[in-house]
Amino acid sequence: MAEPARRTQGARAAFAAILTREMLRFWGQKGRLVAALVRPLVWLLVFAAGFRAALGLSITPPYKTYITYETYIVPGLLGMICLFNGMQSSLGLVYDREMGSMRLLLTSPQPRWWLLFGKLVAGALVSLVQCAAFLALAAVWGVRAPLAGYLLVLPALVLVSLMLGALGLLLSSVIRQLENFAGVMNFVIFPMFFLSSALYPLWKMAEASPVLARACALNPFTQGVELIRFALYAQLNPAALGWTLLAGAVFLGLALWGYDPARGQTAGKGPGG
Amino acid sequence: MSLQVEGLGYRYGARVALEKVGFVVEPGSFCALLGPNGAGKSTLFGLLTRLFTAPSGHIGVAGFDMARTPRAALARLGVVFQQPTLDLDLTLRRNLLYFAGLQGLSGPDARTRVDAALDRIGLADRAAEQVRALSGGQRRRLEIARALLHAPSVLLLDEPTVGLDAASRRAITAHVHDLAAQGLTVLWATHLTDEVADADRLVLLHRGRVLADTTAAAFRGKRSLTDAFLTATQADG
Repeated sequence: MAEPARRTQGARAAFAAILTREMLRFWGQKGRLVAALVRPLVWLLVFAAGFRAALGLSITPPYKTYITYETYIVPGLLGMICLFNGMQSSLGLVYDREMGSMRLLLTSPQPRWWLLFGKLVAGALVSLVQCAAFLALAAVWGVRAPLAGYLLVLPALVLVSLMLGALGLLLSSVIRQLENFAGVMNFVIFPMFFLSSALYPLWKMAEASPVLARACALNPFTQGVELIRFALYAQLNPAALGWTLLAGAVFLGLALWGYDPARGQTAGKGPGG
Repeated sequence: MSLQVEGLGYRYGARVALEKVGFVVEPGSFCALLGPNGAGKSTLFGLLTRLFTAPSGHIGVAGFDMARTPRAALARLGVVFQQPTLDLDLTLRRNLLYFAGLQGLSGPDARTRVDAALDRIGLADRAAEQVRALSGGQRRRLEIARALLHAPSVLLLDEPTVGLDAASRRAITAHVHDLAAQGLTVLWATHLTDEVADADRLVLLHRGRVLADTTAAAFRGKRSLTDAFLTATQADG
């Protein structure tokens, strides 16, 4: 076989191996799917029910009519699934690094960026499965979207998952030990989630604090949530798409730089023996 | 030559981890990289496996330059890391198929190699079990079989007997010596002198420098290897 064809086949084999491993691991951890669904379901069934009366929502795109609070937060909760999954994947990477399986990945003769991209795509697929299950349960609860929305939201979810996965990859490249990770979760997940349009529209936040509303608007997670929200109602939000792509590209670029072998020792805690 | 290291240097900030490290391991020989904790063995392994790159020096694997043609060099390298790399929740076969994929192998070729590897280490009948069910020694043998799946020219092992009982240690050491006798080039990093045989090549690493590069028999002379090792490293400060 010619060298370029052999290389392409090798790269494909590595990509498939990474995807298969991650899906098998996900399938083997039944509790992970349940945990991933319980979190947004609690928000949908309990939190949203309590807030329905307190929060009045006006008609803003993509909605064409008055909506319930449950309907409003479903895209945000889809974003939450992608966010937690992206961070959990990077937690997995830090764990892999301490265990040695990260070394195994990084010493493969395939291009490093390709291997890391495979990890990202695998994480996005896991997010997609979790989001699909959540959308099905939300539909049972009575929160439904147009049929076209269910199809168009899939690529939006993949993009948002890749963007957040790239952020997780970036964090995993700078975090040396698992113990540091809990702090980063608090400093990344909570600010990203609460400083976003996931739980309240930005105009509502602006009434309370223009500064916070500005911070929400600059948050890439807000852009991701809005991309999902519009896609779920079969509409495109070009600004949200642009910002999501840009944020994803920046995170991925920085993550690949973080994993560059010339940058120094990224795969261990420091010199041993 | 199978493994060539020349003038390798590496620093962590101001601290020198490796300084002008150089040695050659000929095809089919077992070379012990002996050094106490902190000698620079792990740094050297990080560079040999391109986990990170050295600002100075040269690494060649089976004639391929690690800096200029890293993919070709890595493809000829099998590595057994000090840390376990097996996924305990996946089966033996799945673990090996994953690694085969990372090496670019797929389809019937990968499956044939995996079956043959499991057969060679006597674990074919346990292929569908989770790795978690294996003993420490069996996991190490599986790690070695994994590292050989793509038929590399050079096998690197970084303190592969850590955490094993005496019988497993002896069995693994003998197994890898057998592999070298069959033509594989082996670099075995350790701080345990009883893992080194008289006929083995010996590279003694201390404080990031090569203190000795000879055979174990020539290095120890009439002393035990442990005495010779302690004398050499203590004399170096």
